[in-house]
Amino acid sequence: MAVETNNKLVKWIEYRLPVFSFYRHFLVEYPAPKNLSYWWNFGSLAGFMLVVQIVTGIVLAMHYSPSATLAFSSVQGIMRDVNYGWLLRYIHATGASMFFMVVYIHLFRGLYYGSYKRPREILWFMGVIILLLMMATAFFGYTLPWGQMSFWGATVITSLFSAIPVVGHAITSWLWGGYAIGAPTLNRFYALHYLLPFVIVAAVALHLWALHQHGSNNPLGIDVKGPQDTLPFHPYYTVKDLFGITIFLIFFCYWIFFDPGALLNPDNSIMANALNTPPHIEPEWYFLPFYAILRSVPNKLIGVMLLGLSVCVLFLLPWLDTSPVRSGKFRPIFKQFFWIFVIDCVILGYIGHLPPIGPAKFYGRIAAIYYFLFFFVILPFVGWFERPKPMPESISQAVLDKKAKRAGTEKA
Amino acid sequence: MLPLWLAGKVFRAQARGPSKRIDLLSSTVSGTPPAHPEGEIKRRDFLFLAAGALTVVGAATAAWPFIDQMNPDKQTIALGVPIDVDVSGIEAGQQIIVAWRDRPVFILHRTPENLKTLKEPQVVNDLRDPDSKQMQQPPYAANWHRSINPDYLVVVGICTHLGCIPHLTKAGAAELGASWQGGYFCPCHGSKYDLSARVFEGVPAPLNLPVPPYHFVDPKTVRIGANPKGSNWSFNAIEQI
Repeated sequence: MAVETNNKLVKWIEYRLPVFSFYRHFLVEYPAPKNLSYWWNFGSLAGFMLVVQIVTGIVLAMHYSPSATLAFSSVQGIMRDVNYGWLLRYIHATGASMFFMVVYIHLFRGLYYGSYKRPREILWFMGVIILLLMMATAFFGYTLPWGQMSFWGATVITSLFSAIPVVGHAITSWLWGGYAIGAPTLNRFYALHYLLPFVIVAAVALHLWALHQHGSNNPLGIDVKGPQDTLPFHPYYTVKDLFGITIFLIFFCYWIFFDPGALLNPDNSIMANALNTPPHIEPEWYFLPFYAILRSVPNKLIGVMLLGLSVCVLFLLPWLDTSPVRSGKFRPIFKQFFWIFVIDCVILGYIGHLPPIGPAKFYGRIAAIYYFLFFFVILPFVGWFERPKPMPESISQAVLDKKAKRAGTEKA
Repeated sequence: MLPLWLAGKVFRAQARGPSKRIDLLSSTVSGTPPAHPEGEIKRRDFLFLAAGALTVVGAATAAWPFIDQMNPDKQTIALGVPIDVDVSGIEAGQQIIVAWRDRPVFILHRTPENLKTLKEPQVVNDLRDPDSKQMQQPPYAANWHRSINPDYLVVVGICTHLGCIPHLTKAGAAELGASWQGGYFCPCHGSKYDLSARVFEGVPAPLNLPVPPYHFVDPKTVRIGANPKGSNWSFNAIEQI
């Protein structure tokens, strides 16, 4: 795809490194299905949040000391002394929550519209790998302020590895670099927290590469049949994505400027103390559903395995869902189980937040059972027995039918 | 092990018939089709495998320093020496927490009533490992009170579930119900232990709290981290912290 220009510099560069045609191909002409809804905004929003986190993170690193004696006070210094330090830290800290929120919506959208189905399995895998990398990055980052919740959260999560038979103990002491979480642990977590976002960038590149191979899925879940079904990415979707980012920024700014404390834990304003566990430990909200699954099992090894499985099951999704129909729109039974699943995840999150005693434990178990039931029983069986609703012939046909229908009702 | 396994796999494939991969490689390198009869192992195949094995072994060797640097360093290990603790000031029913190897160690001065609960069937029947069969204590503490002197319980105060510090919770504590006889309760995930730090059934923690090596230097002083004379038990032998 040649670039039409008379600019000599552009031509000179283009001949040696075709960046301009690459840019045109991927961001301007790239044909996207014409029926993408606002649920398709969350991919670009996630990319936006990744950039926000990297930029604020690099700036914060200029003022932070990754040593056990200085970490806590250097974060206080960022909040009080560094020019706009409070703003940068609040963007970064609440930004982590925003990033996960956007990615979870992106993920549920993929689940509802069957975006993981053939031929987008590897695109989906890259997404799950990005999610795992994000979880690791968020966990390392949460340790850095070296408050009580940082310290004890890190203790609980690294101790998950002690459940591994025989070598568990060697692994934890290798991870800690000591007899327990301490100064060496903080240093290495800082190094990894700086590294992983760039690994995420590489994974996002592969994610986009896979996306552009077959193009975006769409709310109807049917394949693009020709140019009548698509629109060029620019200006149609660049404008739509920018509008989405604007609305999202309003929401994001509310947390940054008016309620950053809601997304932070007050126990983390107390410096880490190895001899005192806070009365109630809980992870950040975006880990709560998985945490509730861990807690609902009265056996350590099985609990840890189910925790791992609860995320890794997403890798199996393309094969667990046996239905050939992508979009949940045409799957009346799947649709109901899907919404129960969404509610189930919210319930798990709420239970992960409650102390681990009383009826919460019982309801947590039921919610955890449904979580796995959904993937391993409901998805395969519904795919076999469900009778999908009739589907439109093409994307443009569906759009035209809708228009005709609307015109008809207006006339009547 | 990995290069040996790979070599074995390829050689076995060779013995069965021509392997596509090897033939492709040898013909690309030489530029002429192999002159040897099919199925024979060629000199070039051997060289290829030997070079591959050497690369894998070399890479693994070079990687080791990068992996091992994360293990506890000499200073950290040197700071893990035994410590002496004066226990004469602990009143009956009280507990102190001291730090040994960056970990909290509970020293609980148990009352006669406390010790009575350790044998009560109501408690014992609900324990996972009432007789301390699992290696979570030195042999000299593998008894019904899990200690050298029953008056003093010495355990590492790290929940065997996920590493939180359980709280000493008195009998009849509201959140644990009327049948609670006193013991340890972990706030993180709800694990429970009795007053010998033996874990209850139906909680996520799998094992009793570990007893470190220790002995009484004199009736008032406990030395944590060193066995009594005649024992050479290693703390690394425990199942899990």
